[in-house]
Amino acid sequence: MGENTKAYVELKHINKTFGNYKASDDVNFTVEKGKLIGLLGPSGSGKTTILRILAGLENADSGEIYIDGKQVNEIPASKRGIGFVFQNYALFRYKTVFDNIAFGLKIQKKSKAEIKSRVDELIELVGLKGLEKRYPKQLSGGQRQRVAFARALATQPQLLLLDEPFAAIDAKVRKELRSWLRELINQVGITSIFVTHDQDEAIEVADEIIVTNKGKIEQIGTPVEVYSNPQTPFVVQFLGEPVTIKDFNQFKGFREKTKGDRAIIRPEFVTVTKKNEFNPYPVTTEEGIVERVAFRGNSLELTIRVHDELLLANRQIGQELIKEGEHVNVFLQRLYLVDDHGQNVAIAVNEALRQDESVVI
Amino acid sequence: MEIRNDKGVVKWLLIGICTVFLLVTLVLPLVYVIYTALRDGLGAYFAAVKDQYAVKAILLTIKVVIISVVVNSIFGIFAAWLITRFQFRGKKIISTLIDLPLTISPVIAGLIFVLTFGRQSAIYPFLEKWGIQIIFAVPGVVLATIFVTFPFISREIIPVLTVEGTDEEEAAALMGANGFQIFTQITFPHIKWAFLYGVVLCSARAMGEFGAVSVLSGHLCGRTNTMPLYIELLYQAFDFTGAFALSSILVIMAIIILVLRNIFEYRGKKEMES
Amino acid sequence: MKKKKRVIPGFGLSFGIVMAMLGLIVIIPLCSLVVFSLKLSFHDFIETVTAPRVLASYKVSILTALIASLINAVMGLLIAWVLVRYNFPGKRIMDGMIELPFALPTAVAGIALTHLTTQDGWVGKIFAKAGIQIAYTRIGITVALVFIGIPFVVRSVQPVLEKVEKEYEEAAAMFGASRARIFFEVIFPEIRPALISGFTMAFARSIGEYGSVVFIAGNTPYKTEIAPLMIMAKLQEFDYASATSIALVMLFIAFLILFVNALIQSYTSKIVSGIE
Repeated sequence: MGENTKAYVELKHINKTFGNYKASDDVNFTVEKGKLIGLLGPSGSGKTTILRILAGLENADSGEIYIDGKQVNEIPASKRGIGFVFQNYALFRYKTVFDNIAFGLKIQKKSKAEIKSRVDELIELVGLKGLEKRYPKQLSGGQRQRVAFARALATQPQLLLLDEPFAAIDAKVRKELRSWLRELINQVGITSIFVTHDQDEAIEVADEIIVTNKGKIEQIGTPVEVYSNPQTPFVVQFLGEPVTIKDFNQFKGFREKTKGDRAIIRPEFVTVTKKNEFNPYPVTTEEGIVERVAFRGNSLELTIRVHDELLLANRQIGQELIKEGEHVNVFLQRLYLVDDHGQNVAIAVNEALRQDESVVI
Repeated sequence: MEIRNDKGVVKWLLIGICTVFLLVTLVLPLVYVIYTALRDGLGAYFAAVKDQYAVKAILLTIKVVIISVVVNSIFGIFAAWLITRFQFRGKKIISTLIDLPLTISPVIAGLIFVLTFGRQSAIYPFLEKWGIQIIFAVPGVVLATIFVTFPFISREIIPVLTVEGTDEEEAAALMGANGFQIFTQITFPHIKWAFLYGVVLCSARAMGEFGAVSVLSGHLCGRTNTMPLYIELLYQAFDFTGAFALSSILVIMAIIILVLRNIFEYRGKKEMES
Repeated sequence: MKKKKRVIPGFGLSFGIVMAMLGLIVIIPLCSLVVFSLKLSFHDFIETVTAPRVLASYKVSILTALIASLINAVMGLLIAWVLVRYNFPGKRIMDGMIELPFALPTAVAGIALTHLTTQDGWVGKIFAKAGIQIAYTRIGITVALVFIGIPFVVRSVQPVLEKVEKEYEEAAAMFGASRARIFFEVIFPEIRPALISGFTMAFARSIGEYGSVVFIAGNTPYKTEIAPLMIMAKLQEFDYASATSIALVMLFIAFLILFVNALIQSYTSKIVSGIE
């Protein structure tokens, strides 16, 4: 990380305000060539602003933008060699699929034959053969995205920016398109940055995730790093299904004084066993009462009361059923301890696991 | 669906009231104009229409309509582009100023041009020196008409462009298209119907403007009299056949305008929906 | 300040053209009105605008415009309702002809309405039997202004009425509300802002209307002289000072009407969107 990597895209101290709203607050990051980056954050976190500043659609109030080693602050959007996929695709409604994709090439005054062969190639690539004559309104959401993608790639840009590429698509098709897009970007080998508010999307698609909040960058890392090792209170609160525990010191396995204003636990770190089931860590196991059992299709979501705190846990559907009101064993594997003043997060592992862990890793 | 279908009686009573009201206030005057124009026979009708002053009034009106439509089209397109595509200080003031002519009485519109270019104005000595006559001449008539129809085209385009957003233009700009290419290839197809709709409204008002033109024309027969002014002249000379014959041309124009208006509105709506 | 570069081209060109044309057509003429007004002596201004004949003309203009706009508010609401809620033969034609007053030159409407409503006119004959005279009275002026104002209310209420979703009404009907109650308690509050703004536009337009009114008014001093006609009369005498004085008062009234409307609109939109 940092100075020694060969940065393809680099943002240095970017600031941008809209009226009273600080959309970018000293944003710094670098992107390596060929990587697929996810800019992840809640709406209003400034992720789209970063993308638009990078594209040249918005001007930063201060800071420097480098693409391929060149400072591009003063270079107009159209000369930055960027392909941009808009949130709602911004397909030209009065042009056919073919003309949409060909537009950039026509502007560059390419020969007719050249345009034809390039567009055909792209249509083949995105799998829209036979739909060249259609207008955008005659296409499905997924097909529109494919057109937008092909259009952005037509002029062979070096950097592809995608603004919420899946937001306008039905949930069902979305998953399919995610892997399609990932494969396609790998195939083309283009450095890409996409914006999303959906953590699953970012985790699944990106090589590296940049988490933004209130105009600031909270954390940068691979999906695994960001997810399992959140560095700031915001990130730990934003990813997974966080449940806050105020008084975490009363839980067995976390008794020793650890610093932190509160703790966050995710369902995957809560193991629930029935009283009659095998429990490997009896010493650090708590007893809880099941308040609610919700069917989640492939699992059950349990809401359990332990020490007056409500925890969430998942249980496989094949296992013996747990009923509401039942007393169960609850074992907490790990907590994220949040220090709100220091703005940092520490991981606390259950005492019972600490020896094991040193063996495992 | 139950409650939407009022009982037959209420429904037809309401429809009946509206029909009678609109027939009396809107349709009857039209019918009356045509009837009176033809009352003395086709010969009298054509004599009135072919009268040399009438022909001159018709030609002047056509000229005024064309000039105001062209000027307001240019203005309307640039104003809509400016207001919907850019953020800048003073935008509110500009859009208020554009709409201002709608709230000013036509007679007052005439008055302000008299004050600007008339004898007591500071500009008048210069105009005199260059031999330019604006007040009580055709330029005055044209200016007054442009003023009263000034917002007509921009007002139709602005809402459409606002709804469309700037994404498509940004996409085109990112691909290196210049302003002319973006406008002709990306933007214009969106505003085509709204623009034509505005042109039709602008023509209608330009053709019929009376108050403002009346102040500025000086009523010189055959020179600065537009059709409505000439109709007034004939009417006051009790030449009712002449007045109504010329009026009938305007009535026919009005009907054509209404039909076009409805076509453009319908097409525009249809494209917005799809 | 750093010069901003914008992605969408044409800002400089559009700004230049718009400002130039706006300057020539709107700003300079308005400035000359202001400049000329400043030259008026206050004493003369007051004397002109409070002359009994001028005061009477304001009264005639405001009164007839008010009555005509109220009639239009009621009829406009009714027409919009009929056009949105019912299906009947000829509906498209009825819908299409609402803008006729915009398309038909006002002078033509004026002479036609005058001839129709004189005592031996097609319509005037019927009313004459009841002893009511229309042409050359304030009733005549009102009729002309009703003609002019029809599209304003219809076209501002109609789109809103279309949007008042029928679920709203159905929800109310589920509670067993009567049709009248549904209308007054559910639908009417929704369309009220549009109705008021349509009424205001018709009112503002009617006060300044000239072409359709001069013929039917008869222009009897103190009785059927409208304010725009007074301006016209002063202009024909080349008495620009008096014409401007009368015009200033009219402009003031027009802006006042629009201002009140803007206040009402912002108040109601606050209720709908939640007060911040």
